[in-house]
Amino acid sequence: MSNVPAVRFQHVKKQYGELSALKGISFDVEEGAFFGLLGPNGAGKSTLINAMSGLVIPTSGSIEIQGHDVIADYRQTRRLLGLVPQELIADPFFSIRELLDLQSGYFGLKGAKQRAWVGELLERLALSDKSDSNTGQLSGGMKRRVLIAMALVHRPRVLVLDEPTAGVDVDLRRTLWDFTKELHQQGHTIILTTHYLEEAEALCDKVAIMQGGEVKALDTTQSLLSKHSYRYLRVTLAQPAHTLTPPLEARLVEREPNGLVFKLEKNMSLSQLLAWLGEAKLEIEDISSRDASLEEVFLDLTAEGRSNAK
Amino acid sequence: MQSNWAGCWALFIKEVRRFYSVVVQTVFAPIVATLLYLLVFGHVLETKIETYASVSYSQFLIPGLVMMAILQNAFSNTSSSLIQSKMHGNLSFVLLSPISAFEFYVAFVLASVVRGVVVGGGILIIGVIGFDLTWQSPFWVLIFAILSAAMMGGLGVLAGIISDKYDHLSAFQNFVIMPLTFLSGVFYSIHALPEFWQQLSYFNPFFYMVDGFRYGFFEQSDVSVYLSLLVTIVFLIIVSSINLILLRKGVKIRQ
Repeated sequence: MSNVPAVRFQHVKKQYGELSALKGISFDVEEGAFFGLLGPNGAGKSTLINAMSGLVIPTSGSIEIQGHDVIADYRQTRRLLGLVPQELIADPFFSIRELLDLQSGYFGLKGAKQRAWVGELLERLALSDKSDSNTGQLSGGMKRRVLIAMALVHRPRVLVLDEPTAGVDVDLRRTLWDFTKELHQQGHTIILTTHYLEEAEALCDKVAIMQGGEVKALDTTQSLLSKHSYRYLRVTLAQPAHTLTPPLEARLVEREPNGLVFKLEKNMSLSQLLAWLGEAKLEIEDISSRDASLEEVFLDLTAEGRSNAK
Repeated sequence: MQSNWAGCWALFIKEVRRFYSVVVQTVFAPIVATLLYLLVFGHVLETKIETYASVSYSQFLIPGLVMMAILQNAFSNTSSSLIQSKMHGNLSFVLLSPISAFEFYVAFVLASVVRGVVVGGGILIIGVIGFDLTWQSPFWVLIFAILSAAMMGGLGVLAGIISDKYDHLSAFQNFVIMPLTFLSGVFYSIHALPEFWQQLSYFNPFFYMVDGFRYGFFEQSDVSVYLSLLVTIVFLIIVSSINLILLRKGVKIRQ
């Protein structure tokens, strides 16, 4: 594997009038990574992705795809990158197959080999039966599949998926992730934004969390989870607890029908919690412990950003 | 940097197929509308407006109407395609591809030339058959048809780029293109106008396109055909240069 990163962002800024959509983003995405780009709405994820693919021209800074600058060497970078946009775009003048043929043409690709690849994409994304349908008449899920096929028509090394499972049913979501995992196993670099953080946790080996046009955290998913200074304890009770002592109340994050969930500092001993539960005279049936999920890490990090912004 | 003419060709084909897929609206309707102008104005004004020696008013009118149709349809093709693509978001399919600003522009303009010439050609065929119209100099007819369509296709690209919604484009069409076309000598020789309006017509670039095109039929014109050619080429260069700067900077399309 080469040392050249799949994508390199260097001091990327994007200004829309008074609004700083990107405030000097710098990081690398390694070749072959399954990279998650997370953040609340308006964090700058889509602007960053669009800048990478040439749909937005950054105000300053540079972006390289496999060592090629996206402005100076745009022909090369656009051949290396495939983007599945967030919006469900269609072209009402053309059928699915016509659109894929046209998109192939824009990349100068034609002939039997390309026709076979388009056929394979249609087959793999379960679009063969609808290949002659007008794209303006498709359901949201079908449009999403077409967009994925469009992004892959030129066999890009880097595939960027901007909220690909938004508004997609469970079956299609699973199909999309199976397909994406397969592409990753074949050596493609995958960059993903999603609001489903359990997906990012399950799929991504590295994650960047963005907020307000800045990167708040960037690490491997495992490291981000282990760095989180809390763990969660679910206590199942024989009787419902109506009142809690102050130290327990301070650490309570959720009440369940037959139990309580506490958020504890990692350095706090379990015996301390048991002591507090004993003082509160609660009858314990079971206790289970787990580390924070990516969603909880995300919420903690973005909550810090929100309070700093106030 | 290597070129991508195959991509440019694919985009040109896409633009031609786009208007062909709604051929009734984009080709037949403008032909019928223009023929109605010919029937109404030709019949009513046949004996009332003097034109060139040994040229009937209907014969004089046909090249003007053909050029008007070429100008309006070339403009419509690029402007409506761009604004629709922007509104539907599918312009990003092209913007994500390795097609340069120049190749993008050439593809759009060439497709607009095809539509302009197809519509103009349809009207011309009927004019030649029905009104005994002959062209003295096909070279000038062709050169003005192609260059004028390209200029208007370019103007359509400009309108499509700067418009954010259909309303903006409609304003451009109704308050700029339509008046300039109607006041370009389509229906009359500018020598029939009062002095003030005659002088004003010289500032209308569309006048030179209509006049030069008409020269190809009658070898008579209000101004020198070479001046008309020069004005048309200069405007084509100006419009193309502005468009290429906007496209390279990504103004309103890569933001």
